[in-house]
Amino acid sequence: MNDETEHNDITQNDETVQYLTFKLDGESFSTEISKVREVLEYTQITPVPRSPDFMRGVINLRGSVVPVVDLRLQFGMAATEQTVDSCIIIIEVNIEGTSTVLGALADSVQEVINLKKEQLEPAPSFGTRINNDFVQHMGKVGDQFIMVLDINKVFSLEQINRVEKNSAINNEAEAA
Amino acid sequence: MSIEDTFREEADELLIDLEAAMLELEEQPDDSDCVDRAFRAMHTIKGSGSMFGFEKLAAFTHHLENAFDLVRNGDLQITKELISISLDSGDHIRLLLEEKESNEELDQASDELLARLSSLVPNTDDQDSGANTGEANSEKKSAGNSSSDNTQTYRVRINPGLDSFANGMDVLPILREIRSLGPCHITTIACDLPTLKEADPEKCYLTWDLILTTDQGINALNDVFIFVEDDWEIDIKVVDQSGHWSDTPEDKPLGEILVEKGDATEEQIAHAHAQQKKIGEILADSENIAPEKIQSALDEQKVLRKQHKKRKASEGVSNVKVPAEKLDILMDLVGELVIAQARLNQSATQLRDPSLFSIAEDIERLTTELRDNTLGLRMLSIGTTFSRFRRLVRDLSNDLGKKIDLVTEGAETELDKTVIDRLGDPLVHLIRNSIDHGIEMPEQRKAAGKPEKGTVLISAVHRESHVVITIKDDGAGLDAEAIRSKAIERGVLSEDSKPTDQELYNLIFDAGFSTAKVVSSVSGRGVGMDVVKRSIEELRGTVSIDSIPGNGSTVTIKLPLTLAIIEGLLVQVEHDKYVIPLSQVDECIELTAEEVKSANGNKLIEVRGELVPYLRLRECFNNNENALDIEQIVVIRNGDARFGFTVDQVIGQHQTVIKGLGKVYEGVKGLAGATILGDGNVALILDTNVLIQDASTAQKAFH
Repeated sequence: MNDETEHNDITQNDETVQYLTFKLDGESFSTEISKVREVLEYTQITPVPRSPDFMRGVINLRGSVVPVVDLRLQFGMAATEQTVDSCIIIIEVNIEGTSTVLGALADSVQEVINLKKEQLEPAPSFGTRINNDFVQHMGKVGDQFIMVLDINKVFSLEQINRVEKNSAINNEAEAA
Repeated sequence: MSIEDTFREEADELLIDLEAAMLELEEQPDDSDCVDRAFRAMHTIKGSGSMFGFEKLAAFTHHLENAFDLVRNGDLQITKELISISLDSGDHIRLLLEEKESNEELDQASDELLARLSSLVPNTDDQDSGANTGEANSEKKSAGNSSSDNTQTYRVRINPGLDSFANGMDVLPILREIRSLGPCHITTIACDLPTLKEADPEKCYLTWDLILTTDQGINALNDVFIFVEDDWEIDIKVVDQSGHWSDTPEDKPLGEILVEKGDATEEQIAHAHAQQKKIGEILADSENIAPEKIQSALDEQKVLRKQHKKRKASEGVSNVKVPAEKLDILMDLVGELVIAQARLNQSATQLRDPSLFSIAEDIERLTTELRDNTLGLRMLSIGTTFSRFRRLVRDLSNDLGKKIDLVTEGAETELDKTVIDRLGDPLVHLIRNSIDHGIEMPEQRKAAGKPEKGTVLISAVHRESHVVITIKDDGAGLDAEAIRSKAIERGVLSEDSKPTDQELYNLIFDAGFSTAKVVSSVSGRGVGMDVVKRSIEELRGTVSIDSIPGNGSTVTIKLPLTLAIIEGLLVQVEHDKYVIPLSQVDECIELTAEEVKSANGNKLIEVRGELVPYLRLRECFNNNENALDIEQIVVIRNGDARFGFTVDQVIGQHQTVIKGLGKVYEGVKGLAGATILGDGNVALILDTNVLIQDASTAQKAFH
């Protein structure tokens, strides 16, 4: 599968790759920093009706309208109140060949870390708290494990289709 | 943009003009204006084509031009065949424009077309076919030269201005340099020279007129003037595309050259002419020159004079060509400005500072004007698209053996460029449908007591803030029964449902729906109408169809004027703000809790004697707790029907810059986009049509 080839690409590369780490419900996650555009403080999000809960709505990012996804809800974790640490990570993902800017709502942003190839392990086939399709690698920092997210999968077409399905369900619910 | 691209673009416009002229000629074969237009277009394409190194194109166009020269002189009749060849040639020239290098396939196509053409054109080698063709031939010869070598004749007027000597610029070296370019005729105009007493020896009172024939091209000529062009008045005109200036009879008469140079007015020349015996008469009397020859020279003179007049008229309105991206950037900036202005307004209201307030008002006025003007820049008349259809209708009706007239109305109606660009394909589809399915064969039409010739009418008209485009044919109309059975077969409709004819007709916009019994190359495959509908909806428009059996059908497309900025009505539901396009809003009324109670659960309200159904946005958007005592209903108009939307509060008018919600929210129905408010928050724009449709389907499913 192309999952495998991706792993090889990275493991054959001697250079270190930078990752941004952030927390969701006490757990550390990370994403390749090249995908991250910026990190914003939590601002008011305008909800979009008839869309699933994990799609939190849209924000104004300097004049353009950017959708925000609540990663906690998407990963099946419990929702919490926003704190001063809550932030929106603006990332660029590839959806169906077009580059799209999205916001990901996280509990807090930690730091930028460098990971060498020997610090990356393939994603386990089971046992992770979140859907292991979303996990690209397990990064080992000291004695801690950090899940490296496959951002393009997290916001894949499948996930977006969930929006459509859900809104269809809403419509049916209304109709009934 | 390279110079070649500029040429291509210009040639493209000329080709459109040529096509339009051809189609008009088809209807009125003796319209000499059209012949002139066609001829001019060909001539320009040929001339600039050879200038930019499109040799094949120039050579090909040259033959076509010859044919039309014959037409102009009355030696060739406009026939359907000639028009067909010309239209095909136009298409071929388009291909030649793409391929500068020679290409066997294209060469072959050129030869085929030329063979077709030469079968129509009387043999041009026949020298003795009369004075008129003789003249055409001589022009042909000179035109032939131009495609083989690049010599051109320029008329140059140099006026160094009084102070040029003082500035250290000498005329002599310049004249010498021009001489080195080719044979050159120089006339010194000394009429401005004052008497010796008054003359200042350090001033330059002279003007020079040059006639230069050169094969070095205009750039070489321009280079001569490179150091003086800013200070001197220099006027360069091409007077002859062909290489040689000789004294053949088709040279321009003195009077006309004077007029062109601006040294005499046409009236003066006419006056002079009236006083003297006409040169033609003198020639005919004394020099024994055939009167026909003189007549044809006179004719040409007239034509050229007319052209010149036209050119003069069009010079009055100067146009600037701007790349579309620049307009898009401008539009984006105006969008940002509108948002910033909304913020300014909000701050001014909060701060209650009178001086700030007046500034904000000024800025608002300017922004609105700027916005309207910018939008206006992007407006194009829809006529450009219509001319495309003329060709389509002609070709299709020939293919299908039907007789069809295309009538267009409102070609001057203006629409946003993006809308026009994206409207072309759907319209082509609809017209094809009308021709293929709608209009019957001539015999059938006769049998039905209709004129043999069918009519397809396309009209565009402004209505409020929309443009309504209708495509109407007088064909057989839609077969409601066939649609019904097809719908049942496809499971779109249940056996026992009783839709109205109108509803049945609009089913043809569903995917995979075609009732044509024969699938032709033109249409009938059932892909299409759904694509049409989708494209129109992408433009935030609506499309519907109506039909009278035996009398034809009418497709109505309603489009917003622009896609970028609209006037909206800002409303609030709980904490969230929404925008309803103001163009749809009829009025706002109050809805009290008592009224709701007395309606017994029906969501209907009486507005001035009319019962209007309403939709509660709170329910629509799944937040149906604690309704307010007094709500507002925004009444909107959708076609002839009126609907209401209840909201908590109507905030007011808002200039809405439309932003897309992006791919992620593509699947969410009922929203047309988002906009950014003055306080930086985002408000969603409602797609009222979809909301109403959803509500009515939900209602049907419920009962």
